[in-house]
Amino acid sequence: MITLDELLEKDKKREQDGFKRKIRIGRIVKPGSKGKEKIIVVPTTVEEKFVHDDIIEEQEQGEAEPTGGTGDGQEGDVIGEQPIRPEDGEGDGEGEGDGEGPGEGKGGEHEIEANAYELGKVLSQDFELPNLKDKGKKKVLARYVYDLTDKNKGIGQVLDKKATLKKIVETNIALGNIPDVSAIDTTRFIVSPRDLIYRILSREKEYESQALVFFLRDYSGSMGGKVTQTVVSQHVMLYSWLVYQYEKQVETRFVLHDTEAREVSDFQKYYSYKVAGGTKVFTAFKLVNDIVEKESLARDYNIYVFHGTDGDDWDKDGKQTLAEIEKMLTYAARIGITIVEHSYVGSKQTEVEKYIQSSGILTKHNHLIKLDVMAENVDDTRIIQGIKTLIS
Amino acid sequence: MELVNQHVKGIMEECKIRARDAGLRFDDETLEYIVTNRDLVELSPKVMIPTLYDYWVHDVRVLSGKGMYEAYPSNPFETVINTRPAISYYNDNNPDWLNVMIFYHVLGHIDFFQNNLFYKNTWDIDLAGQALSDKRMIARLRSEKGRWLDYVIEFARGLDNLVGFHKDLNRTISDGGRKKLSRTDFYFDVFLQKIRSVPQHQYVKEISRYNQCQKDNRDFFEKVTGKYPEFEELYRKEIEAKTPPRMDIMEYIIRYSPFLRREENEWMKSVIHIVRSTSLYFQPQMRTKTMNEGWASYWHEKLFMADDRISGHEADYAKVNASVTAMPRVGLNPYALGMRLFEHIQEMENKGKYSFDYYLLNDAVQKKTYNQHKNTGQSFIFTVRENMNDFTFINTFLDQEFVDRHNLFVAGKRINSQNMTWQYYIKSKKVHDYKQMVINTLYHPPDIRIDGEKTKEGILYLDHRFENKPLKQDFIENTMIGIEFLWGGPVHLETSEPRNIANIDPRYTNFWDPSAPGASPEAAIAPIEWKRVRYVIKDRKLHKQEL
Repeated sequence: MITLDELLEKDKKREQDGFKRKIRIGRIVKPGSKGKEKIIVVPTTVEEKFVHDDIIEEQEQGEAEPTGGTGDGQEGDVIGEQPIRPEDGEGDGEGEGDGEGPGEGKGGEHEIEANAYELGKVLSQDFELPNLKDKGKKKVLARYVYDLTDKNKGIGQVLDKKATLKKIVETNIALGNIPDVSAIDTTRFIVSPRDLIYRILSREKEYESQALVFFLRDYSGSMGGKVTQTVVSQHVMLYSWLVYQYEKQVETRFVLHDTEAREVSDFQKYYSYKVAGGTKVFTAFKLVNDIVEKESLARDYNIYVFHGTDGDDWDKDGKQTLAEIEKMLTYAARIGITIVEHSYVGSKQTEVEKYIQSSGILTKHNHLIKLDVMAENVDDTRIIQGIKTLIS
Repeated sequence: MELVNQHVKGIMEECKIRARDAGLRFDDETLEYIVTNRDLVELSPKVMIPTLYDYWVHDVRVLSGKGMYEAYPSNPFETVINTRPAISYYNDNNPDWLNVMIFYHVLGHIDFFQNNLFYKNTWDIDLAGQALSDKRMIARLRSEKGRWLDYVIEFARGLDNLVGFHKDLNRTISDGGRKKLSRTDFYFDVFLQKIRSVPQHQYVKEISRYNQCQKDNRDFFEKVTGKYPEFEELYRKEIEAKTPPRMDIMEYIIRYSPFLRREENEWMKSVIHIVRSTSLYFQPQMRTKTMNEGWASYWHEKLFMADDRISGHEADYAKVNASVTAMPRVGLNPYALGMRLFEHIQEMENKGKYSFDYYLLNDAVQKKTYNQHKNTGQSFIFTVRENMNDFTFINTFLDQEFVDRHNLFVAGKRINSQNMTWQYYIKSKKVHDYKQMVINTLYHPPDIRIDGEKTKEGILYLDHRFENKPLKQDFIENTMIGIEFLWGGPVHLETSEPRNIANIDPRYTNFWDPSAPGASPEAAIAPIEWKRVRYVIKDRKLHKQEL
């Protein structure tokens, strides 16, 4: 049976032939007891044909495709309700519900790390952190490269002739085969297999400056359903990639906000928490600014901030938010804002998009801040495309 | 994968005898295999044909199927494929009584495959053997052409839902299809109007003369040939002028593509042909899902209930049966629907309700008690299973009586923004709406044809006959890249798209109840306007033009 790696390898070759890649990486959430869920990474592909799209006519806003039903009741009767988001409070979720992105509730800590690693491996070829600057060596950020640097006796990939010869001479001096260094008779040399020195492929750390990544997410009431799923999906991918590419050498911090912001301790909590409340975007940025200032992080770290929202903000003209962002731009290496629009938004701009666009910061600091706007029902390809935009 | 043991085979043979007595008709030989879950995961991307050609998309499906199985293990009771002999697959762990029920179900499927006329073109093909030889050919070509073979499969599969299934079927069933143009039709429709272009009053006069001749039993054409001596000759020519048989896009490309005509590309034709005939083979199954499953469920119920081998397992059976054929409170189970519809048809026919007399009744009580004691229902549903497909089945027989009897309704789903919940509600109990909802779930590929007149100067021109459903835009580009490759030149596609997708009307508050969520009056929804657009692919670049 063909493996995932082989399939991806083949898929890469399509580009050489001038066709787009076809395989995407999907995730299946395996529901488990006591909230122990598992993410299974699988490839998916779509066979593209001319097919009919879903009918868009005659559908009211906020109304989903109708289906069949059986039983008592009159026309117009409401026969049931289902929460848009499964209700779980402080992270001790039951893990049931409509499966927002990579899983609900509290998964086993190890499980997500292991799977994130695998996912990141797949994504790694595409991304690299932008604007990395050398900022001292407090904690090093290393990426690994493979090089023929290590030496090994006996076996290996490439024979190091100079080192081998040295070793042979050394051995033969010890054996007394070289009585006179001015007249060496090489034919008398005894060559031990252990004298052969090879160079072998080894993993080398390539030192780069350290990075700190803040993940910010709007978890307010309006973020229901697919929007959260999409934001979380994107942040899972970003996080997975960082975990893989930089071997957990990147530090990550997680901030959630509705009308106020709070920091949570790990990614697990970050992606599973939800509340229903209003939205004040600036609180999250302010919290990050405060943290950075209080711990004087800007001196030692390249700081990256990724924020995901549905674009809803009580602060309609974004005065407070823009002020915090301006402040952040003085130290941040990159701010990446993702707006995932609800389908009912239509062609209108969301508040956050509107004020960010009109403030002009996107053009003024175009290498420091990126904005990506997508619809809530986009596929993985688009989400990955979004990541590329954010870190380009 | 191994054959079932002799004991289980014995159960099957016993079931066959009783099913035949009840009127089902099928070949004597069948093959039953026990398969593991792993086998099933690997077979399902190949539509359960073990000998289907290899293709990487199948591998992707197998890998994701394995993941899916790990997350949500579930096993089907049975799977039957339309081969000769018919092959069916089972899981290992069924008790005897359950096997009896499952075998009846399987025999229902086999009877359907072998008697429904939409399958006629599959009756004389040895699918398993054909697939095997195709598989070998594909394997040989892959070793020669490498990944280009896979591209050709991919591009051909991009078109395989547009195969001319009905056209091919027509050819077989009605022997050549098209009726000969009659002398009368030619005279009035072509000769008078197009060739002679006679004025209207003269045309009307000819019609009344024709009617008069019919009445008096005189020969109408006597005078015609007197007046127009050239008529007979022209008619003969018209009949002879062969109207070329319509080709589907794949056939057209195989036949006329300048790219495929080159010697080094000849092999691609065989690949496209394999993809096309494989797709054709499965078309009837996609178009008779509801009927096929309904028919099998109808028979397993009827036969197993009358079988003495059920004794002691009535409760077990009820449980299993309910899990397969229950009608969900919300959602559509086409199998359960099909089964109930067969039962309904039988009862309606038994009472003689498919009649003009019944149709004329307006009184609800009279309608309910109407009974002609025809008792022809059983043979009637056999006719239905022979002659109908899902669309005609549902469109013809799904009536208000059926909807009322089973308390069916169209379930709507809307956001209740106050509670942040999805609210399910009864949207309609009218048969018209229900029928439309069911029909919308049926397999219906778009009608895209070659425009023979505009296909010239190296351009392949595709015309989408619009049925108020736009094409999925995301898929257009890659599909057209594939066609361009096979055609070896630019491809145009004419289709329709909504003109005003962006300006969706804002929400209006309900005048009577301003607090009602999502209450927008019907009138606020502007009907979608459609415009014709043309997609052009050239050198793998896609452009769109408005027409």
